[in-house]
Amino acid sequence: MVEELLKTTFLGIALKNPLVVASGVLGTSASLMERAAREGAGAVTSKSAGPTARSGHANPVTLAWGNSVINAIGLTNPGCQEESPILIETKKRLNALGVPLFASIFAGTVEEFGEVAKVIAQAEPDLIEVNISCPNVASDFGEPFSANPASAAAVTRSVRAAVSVPISVKLAPNVPNLAQIAKAVVAEGADAITAINTVPAMLIDAYSGKPVLKNKTGGLSGLAIKPIALRAVWELAQVISVPIIGTGGVTTGLDAAEMIMAGASLVGVGSAVVNDGPAVFARIARELSEFMQLEGYQSLEEMRGKAWRAS
Amino acid sequence: MKGANMEHRASGGLMRAFEVANVIRENAATQTLLLKGRLEEARPGQFVMVWLPDVGEKPYSIAAAVPLALTISSVGLVSSALVQLQPGERVWIRGPLGNGFQLTGEKHLLVGGGYGAAPLAFLAKDALRQNGQVTVCLGAKSASDLLLERRLEEMGCQLRVATEDGSKGFQGLVTAVVEQAIVDNKPDCVYACGPTGMLLALAELCKRYQLPAQLSFEGLMRCGVGLCGSCELPEEVCLQVGLPTGWLACHDGPVAHLS
Repeated sequence: MVEELLKTTFLGIALKNPLVVASGVLGTSASLMERAAREGAGAVTSKSAGPTARSGHANPVTLAWGNSVINAIGLTNPGCQEESPILIETKKRLNALGVPLFASIFAGTVEEFGEVAKVIAQAEPDLIEVNISCPNVASDFGEPFSANPASAAAVTRSVRAAVSVPISVKLAPNVPNLAQIAKAVVAEGADAITAINTVPAMLIDAYSGKPVLKNKTGGLSGLAIKPIALRAVWELAQVISVPIIGTGGVTTGLDAAEMIMAGASLVGVGSAVVNDGPAVFARIARELSEFMQLEGYQSLEEMRGKAWRAS
Repeated sequence: MKGANMEHRASGGLMRAFEVANVIRENAATQTLLLKGRLEEARPGQFVMVWLPDVGEKPYSIAAAVPLALTISSVGLVSSALVQLQPGERVWIRGPLGNGFQLTGEKHLLVGGGYGAAPLAFLAKDALRQNGQVTVCLGAKSASDLLLERRLEEMGCQLRVATEDGSKGFQGLVTAVVEQAIVDNKPDCVYACGPTGMLLALAELCKRYQLPAQLSFEGLMRCGVGLCGSCELPEEVCLQVGLPTGWLACHDGPVAHLS
């Protein structure tokens, strides 16, 4: 593997490769995030922390479905006050490995987003990812803030006012005006966009006639949503000025290359952990490097946005 | 038509419906569900996630693969619903999941603490089929809590029993009985399933006697497929037994192979 090919800089942060552990996967403890970093991730995103502790939904919460995953975990987290020391410890361990830490946050109100961001910023993460698009907590929080430009902008403004650390806002794909929402968020000071969150979905077991998730509906991720994510990133990259963490269905090095060609600066990897475990990051990195060598790409920059740039 | 498993269709990781063929009472709190259908690829020590619609989903070790059997002790919401199932009713299974035990050598020492005995008959059967010599140490609070004792004996295992109240066998913890069995039988490997405290004590014991140990750890399983992090073994436990930290019971285990 030619490691040099994969090196990149994102908002001034140096990464050994563009692969980011997506939020909600392996992001629950310092030891697990450290493991993901050791096993090859370029950056690690912690599981979303909110204002107070949540146990989340009851089982079944997550099911592998072919090369895809459906989940409704329900934002299980210890609350931001408890999360902050976990992130401080994680940051210390990741620093030693040269891997940045992205901290994901969520909240139920615009004001709370700012408050949670302030608490989490104490851990000095390299970036705060603002999760305004979890599809699995409608019963507690109502319509996601990602549903329209005004609410997405309001949350961004609240977080921006609360912290100076770079922020990326995580958007949902199931909106008719994604570009408009992204522009509104960038106008309020988002330094980056993470696209996309999981896609609202459900599975029903024919023999019981019941939804398989305890929450009945959930979020679809993995290979099934790769085309949805590619389209979203491709559209956004052409109209916004900030970098994008392209997330959705990346399972191989080729998938990662395609996400970068759509315009992503970094590539989130989540559901692909199902088959390989944390070792998936090293595999995708190797495959991406091999692809670049074979195709004669000298840098990630050379691939970025190739799907829409005039060549 | 009942039983999706009969169609042997790839489930892609989702749960499949199995019909209960028979129910065997093991002790006051424990039943073995014999299911119609098999989980041919399952190995001893692997687990399945068992779902009852509208009730919930929990992990259980596999008691037998052909036909599929689950030994379930009533301790919570899902398990108390499972032990009430009658022949003809259904359960939903996803798996097999996890790594399982791997028979090493010819003289095997199996250890079950409390409900942890559930996967041992499956392992003992495989070991005996390979003409191995099998000793099983069972520990429980009281004689009435012992699990699978008679079954294992009838299979041809040599049994050693410890109860905390002394109502059967040695009075005390199973680890004392295990140490005696190590001294007497000089086994090639120790295989254990039970509470973390027992597993930690066994790890120490096996280290002292320079024996390889295969310890099946319990974890809070949610996704069961290595994503959610719920079943991560506490870091201090990993360090104590010499496992890499960030060890996930569902993906890296549930069996820790210590040499």
